[in-house]
Amino acid sequence: MDLFSNLALGFSTAATPANLFFCLIGALLGTLVGVLPGIGVTATIAMLLPITFQLEPVSSLIMLAGIYYGAQYGGSTTAILINLPGESSSAVTAIDGYQMARNGKAGTALAIAALGSFFAGTFATLLVAIFAPPLTIIALKFGAAEYFSLMLLGLVSAIALAHGSVPKALAMVVLGLLLGLVGTDIYTGTPRFNFGITNFADGLNFVALAVGVFGIAEILRNLEDERSRKVITSQVGSLFPSREDLRKMLAPMMRGTVLGSALGVLPGGGAILASFAAYTVEKRLSKEPHTFGKGAVAGVAGPESANNAGAQTSFIPLLTLGIPANPVMALMVGAMIIQGIVPGPNVASEQPALFWGVIASMWIGNLMLVILNLPLIGLWVRLLKVPYFVLFPIILAFCSIGVYSVNSNVFDLYSVAMFGLLGYVLIKLRCEPAPLLLGFVLGPLLEENLRRAMILGRGDPMVFVTRPISATLLALTVVVLIVVLLPSVRAKREEVFVED
Amino acid sequence: MKTAFDPTDAAAGVLFILFGLFFGVQSLGLDLGTAFRMGPGYFPLILSGVLILLGAVILAGSLGATAQDFGAMAWRGMLFILPAPIVFGLTVRGLGFVPSIFLTAFVAGFASLKMSPARALVLAVAITIFSTLVFSYGLGLPFRRFGPWLPM
Repeated sequence: MDLFSNLALGFSTAATPANLFFCLIGALLGTLVGVLPGIGVTATIAMLLPITFQLEPVSSLIMLAGIYYGAQYGGSTTAILINLPGESSSAVTAIDGYQMARNGKAGTALAIAALGSFFAGTFATLLVAIFAPPLTIIALKFGAAEYFSLMLLGLVSAIALAHGSVPKALAMVVLGLLLGLVGTDIYTGTPRFNFGITNFADGLNFVALAVGVFGIAEILRNLEDERSRKVITSQVGSLFPSREDLRKMLAPMMRGTVLGSALGVLPGGGAILASFAAYTVEKRLSKEPHTFGKGAVAGVAGPESANNAGAQTSFIPLLTLGIPANPVMALMVGAMIIQGIVPGPNVASEQPALFWGVIASMWIGNLMLVILNLPLIGLWVRLLKVPYFVLFPIILAFCSIGVYSVNSNVFDLYSVAMFGLLGYVLIKLRCEPAPLLLGFVLGPLLEENLRRAMILGRGDPMVFVTRPISATLLALTVVVLIVVLLPSVRAKREEVFVED
Repeated sequence: MKTAFDPTDAAAGVLFILFGLFFGVQSLGLDLGTAFRMGPGYFPLILSGVLILLGAVILAGSLGATAQDFGAMAWRGMLFILPAPIVFGLTVRGLGFVPSIFLTAFVAGFASLKMSPARALVLAVAITIFSTLVFSYGLGLPFRRFGPWLPM
């Protein structure tokens, strides 16, 4: 069967000593930075991104995938130990995980999270391996109109899942799209929006933007209330879940995995939605719903499995269509482009070793996290006690080195400062930066496909409606927009996100 | 504190409108083309229009809303964090990697209230040694360790 030969190719690529090493380093570094309070997955990847550019494309993507899982794992560790979720998808884990930690069962909660994630990761990796190839075949039939409609759907769904105000998130996407257009128009070679600065001729630097808006702005936000930083006093306790705990986690883990896998494919950041949905489902189905919020095992196992499965399957749109489903995937697209790979349906057929190597490394990365991180929990806990004023100069130094190493262009460093300021101002104005990044990456693609579609349609915008796939995608986009703007849904949405 | 409008949202709305105007005016200076063959200004002009509209919606929504707590501003952070990468950029070619990363870490350190000059010095030295070993020797990044500005 094809699947097995493909997976064999993948594992033979991913399991070379060098690639295993990069996967390991990625997972460790990702966890290391992810554990640091207040730094989410996106910020972690943005900061570590430049380190990977020196590597071969395959190794670089494998390391990035490792960083991704590591950061996510680190985020749930802080959620459980100090009730400080590194990112929104582990906000749910904090609810019951932190209560377990307070009951002296921190070790158990961490082990449940790790085992649940590993199970989910294994299942979702298989799904990716099974469904990615047929989807690339469908994707190859996509024309410009379909791509345009699909990206529109992705951008609108991203807003649906963002925090806070819908108009603000929409505005951030549009601003991102516009920033993505800075540089030179590809069709005519006309320079535009470049302030007369030659360094902007090739567009704004993606790495500088990501590091500035996520990394630098995060640091500034963390420095706001230095005096009121929490002191950590959590005891980890026994790592091994009791037989009773294992029995309790089994069903939630499986339900979470299935739910997360399904939601992860949706454009717009499935992992967040997946963990919230899994928590709600478990609470509904539980025979003892009163234990939720007081340290229920199911309340950790379900969401943690769901968000890991979602994280994994969100690679599907990226690998098959070249369209990022969430900001992390947007960073991956940026990384691929810098490596000279154009993400899209052709990657699977033109670079099978890379395609399957990345898929295989997802599973290897998950395995490494379980094997390595459980024994290393003590180390991560100690890391939580390192004062922030020691950490951020280190982060800043690494960011500077990293950004400079991409092009050896000092101008990129000035851009980092500029985007850091922009990012911080936007955060202070309660505008989430994630949609901006998504818009930035999709901006040029969206314009290109719009223009191509219009040329093919001879200037008639009906081309988007007369083609069935495109029409369906547009209809879905409209539905999502309407749903998000419905007053009842809006109230519910605010309720869901109120937790963090 | 209750005011007739939420200053944060109002500021966000105004900021988006300004961005929209900037890109919109620039787009008008470019060739717009037609819907059939779009020029470089066509799509950005549409986006600018949408952005201005959204900014206006946000601004309108801020009127009559209750002001929310704005929180503290990281003034000290901005004063030292933002210049740090700039310092690196200004000195990495002239002074070379080693002194430049030292200066960057040293400057950044002062962004925290809890940092004393002695601590910042020790930390910056440690970061410099570590980075030099990892990035310059380990990863072999092609930076000059000491640049032409130094009499060496």
